[in-house]
Amino acid sequence: MLLMHYLTLAAILFCIGFFGVVTRRNAVAILMSVELMFNAVNINLVAFNRFTAPDALVGQVFSIFVIVVAAAEVTVGLAIVILIYRNWRSIDADRVNLLKW
Amino acid sequence: MEAFTFYLFSFLIIISALAVVTMRNIFHCALFLILCLFSVAGIFVMLHAEFLAAVQVLIYVGAVSILIIFAIMLTSRLAGRDAPVVNEQFFLGGFMSLVLLFSLVYTLKETIFRVVAEPPAPQSTLRIGQMLMTDYVLPFELVSVLLLAVLIGAIVLARREGN
Repeated sequence: MLLMHYLTLAAILFCIGFFGVVTRRNAVAILMSVELMFNAVNINLVAFNRFTAPDALVGQVFSIFVIVVAAAEVTVGLAIVILIYRNWRSIDADRVNLLKW
Repeated sequence: MEAFTFYLFSFLIIISALAVVTMRNIFHCALFLILCLFSVAGIFVMLHAEFLAAVQVLIYVGAVSILIIFAIMLTSRLAGRDAPVVNEQFFLGGFMSLVLLFSLVYTLKETIFRVVAEPPAPQSTLRIGQMLMTDYVLPFELVSVLLLAVLIGAIVLARREGN
C-alpha cells in the first residue's frame, strides 16, 4: 500500500468528522465527530512517519500526544455537556446560545 | 494480502464513521464509534506502529468510549423523540465537506512526497520510550500537567453546587 492510500483514507475520515461536527444537534454526537477527526490526523501522522522517515519515529511520538490531548478534550467536553444538561434539561447544541448575540 | 487487509479496514472505518454521523440512536452511534476506533488501531498495526495501536485500544476503545457511553446514559432525554438529529445546515455542511474532501485529494494527487523505501524501525516501542524520556521530555511533562488540570477541571465542572 502506498502513502497516497493512507492519506486519502485520512482525508475521507476527516471530512466525515467535519460533516458530523457542523450538522449534528446532539452535543455528545458532536464530540464523537471530533474524535473521528482526531483519528484522521493520527493516521496522517503515522503514515508520514512510516513512508517518509521510518527511522525517526517522531510521528508516532506526536500521535501519542494527540491521543492524550484528545482524551483530555473529551473529558472536559463531556463534563460541560453534563453541566449543560443539568441546567437546560437538553443537550441540543442549537438551543444553547447563551454566549451568542 | 496487504491490500485486502487495508481495504477491509478502510471499508470498516468509512462505513462506521458514516454511521456515527448519521444514525438516529445516539447509543448506536457510540457503538459504531468503537468499531471505527478499533479499525484505526488495525491501520496502525499495518503501518508498523504496534505501540500506538495498543495505546489506541487502551485509551480510545477502553476509556474514551466508556466515558461517551456514560455521558449518553446521563443525558439520554433529548427534547422529543421525533426531533431531527441534524440541523438546517445538513445540505450546506455536506456540500462543504465534499468540497473539502475533493480539494484535499486533489492536493494529495498533485504533491510529490519524498517517499523512502526503508524497512520499518526495529524495536519501535523501546525507541519511543527512550525518545519520550530524552528528547521529548518537556512535552511529556506538559501533557502530564494538562492531564492533572483536566482531572481537577472535570471534577469542578461536574460537581453539584452546594455540597
